[in-house]
Amino acid sequence: MNNWLYSETVKDHFLHPRNFLSGDEADFAADGVGEVGSPACGDVMKMWIKVKDGKIIDLQWKTFGCASAIGSTSMLSEMVLENGGMKIETALKITPADILKKLGGLPTNKIHCSVLGDKVLRAAVKNYLEKKGEPKKKPSKIICVCLGVTERELDLSVAAGERTFAEFQRRTKAGTGCGKCVAKIEKLLAKKIDQYSDKTCCSFCKKDCPSKTSRTND
Amino acid sequence: MLPFFQEEFGNPGSIHSKGQSAKNALEKARRSVAEILNCEPEEIIFTSGGSESDNLALNGILKKDDHLIISAIEHPAVLHVAEILEQNGIELTKIPVEKNGILKIEKIEKAIHPNTKLISVMLANNEIGTLQPLREIGKFLQKNHPGILLHTDAVQGGGILDLNVKHLKVDFLSLSAHKFYGPKGVGILFKKKGVKLNPQISGGSQERSLRAGTENVAGIVGCVKALALAEKSRNKEFIRLKKLQNYFVEKVLAEIPKTRLNGDAEKRLPGNANFSFFGIEGESILLRLDFEGIAASTGSACASGSLDPSHVLQALKIPHDWLHGSIRFTLGKSTTKKDLDFVVAKLKKIVKDLRAISPLV
Repeated sequence: MNNWLYSETVKDHFLHPRNFLSGDEADFAADGVGEVGSPACGDVMKMWIKVKDGKIIDLQWKTFGCASAIGSTSMLSEMVLENGGMKIETALKITPADILKKLGGLPTNKIHCSVLGDKVLRAAVKNYLEKKGEPKKKPSKIICVCLGVTERELDLSVAAGERTFAEFQRRTKAGTGCGKCVAKIEKLLAKKIDQYSDKTCCSFCKKDCPSKTSRTND
Repeated sequence: MLPFFQEEFGNPGSIHSKGQSAKNALEKARRSVAEILNCEPEEIIFTSGGSESDNLALNGILKKDDHLIISAIEHPAVLHVAEILEQNGIELTKIPVEKNGILKIEKIEKAIHPNTKLISVMLANNEIGTLQPLREIGKFLQKNHPGILLHTDAVQGGGILDLNVKHLKVDFLSLSAHKFYGPKGVGILFKKKGVKLNPQISGGSQERSLRAGTENVAGIVGCVKALALAEKSRNKEFIRLKKLQNYFVEKVLAEIPKTRLNGDAEKRLPGNANFSFFGIEGESILLRLDFEGIAASTGSACASGSLDPSHVLQALKIPHDWLHGSIRFTLGKSTTKKDLDFVVAKLKKIVKDLRAISPLV
């Protein structure tokens, strides 16, 4: 087909998905399970991993979503399992951009579909570590349910100098699912910028510090 | 329509014989449409399509502080125009539909205010095919509120439903040529005589100064020829499609578990079948069908530019795990029973495959 919407790689993974959970969940006997997304947003991904000596040696998944969501989960599973499996630390470093590159790109309005892939892997790893008895980190509040974006990511964003929702969204894809969270995140972001400015800027900041105004409006 | 691209190249606005020849063709087309719609030729305005017809009717009638009533499932060509008008100071009421995708006339009655100027309700919905009670609305308005104007976006009904404006009792009716196998980019707006309309494209005196611009003669001739052809076999084709539709819907619902038909089973366009398949996503189904040579469409979020599921399906209050798995099939004049058997066989396998990798099933 010459007029296919996606790249040939996406097509291949969409039509022939690799490593999806075909049997019973119990039979796979996973060491860690993660799930992200929500049916309301149109994407749900679930991932099961098996870990040995700090390496993810097996991984299976299930995805409810469009061709790019299915294609990106399938691609991610292949990336992790290549050469007998990836070390947990390495796997955690996989970014949406890495998956995107392997897929040969996605149409712009579909990029958010690939963001869930690394999120679900992280969720599965976290579940594995908790099961293993590692101290439970206080979970950060989810501020965008569709894309599984946490408040911690927003904190990091502000700390890294990002000052607009657009910047935050470009990196995390927050608010590109159902979009219902956008207003809330924008408000929260303004609050965080305010707090951040309090500590780092001058005493005028609470009112109308010119530097703040120029930063938030760029 | 083909001669009007070449040898019959005259401009209907010219006095010379080539121009007059084009003008004659244009006016003949106008008389032909008027006959089908049971109106006067002067009541027909040719446009660039259904969207322009809708825009012209709404924007050409409503002024600040007027009240407009529309159904919640109107085509974007009405819905978005209404929303923009609202931002500019008109009052807008959207009437929700029932779970079967049909609106109740009592809800319109209740929404009428002293400043209600126009009611716009589509003849048939573009996604779920449900037929709206246009005749009843028209009758009600004529009896109780003769001052309120009635517009219908009849685009989906072109060539398959009765478009007699005296039966429908409408003041405006929009049509689009490509819905009845005419060329794309041509539309019709019926405007009842005596109703004042402000043009949206001004300039020359074409279309009785209601739509300036040199007429698309070839397109208009093609549009009207297509409408006349469709009209000739309309009743027969309606019955043929209705039978095929019943066959198809029953087969899909019987052979594919966890499937629902969206919109009323009876009161719908005979060529429309809109299903939701539990636990899978519409774009995936659509693309898999495409690989089998089957063209369908979906109201799922992932297939739209906005990433929001269709407002029509949302208006039906379909649960989310069903909502995103909706697919619309359209049956047309070339569709046969054999085609439908092929679709069901492929669809069955596709739904099964996608459910196998879905965490919701």
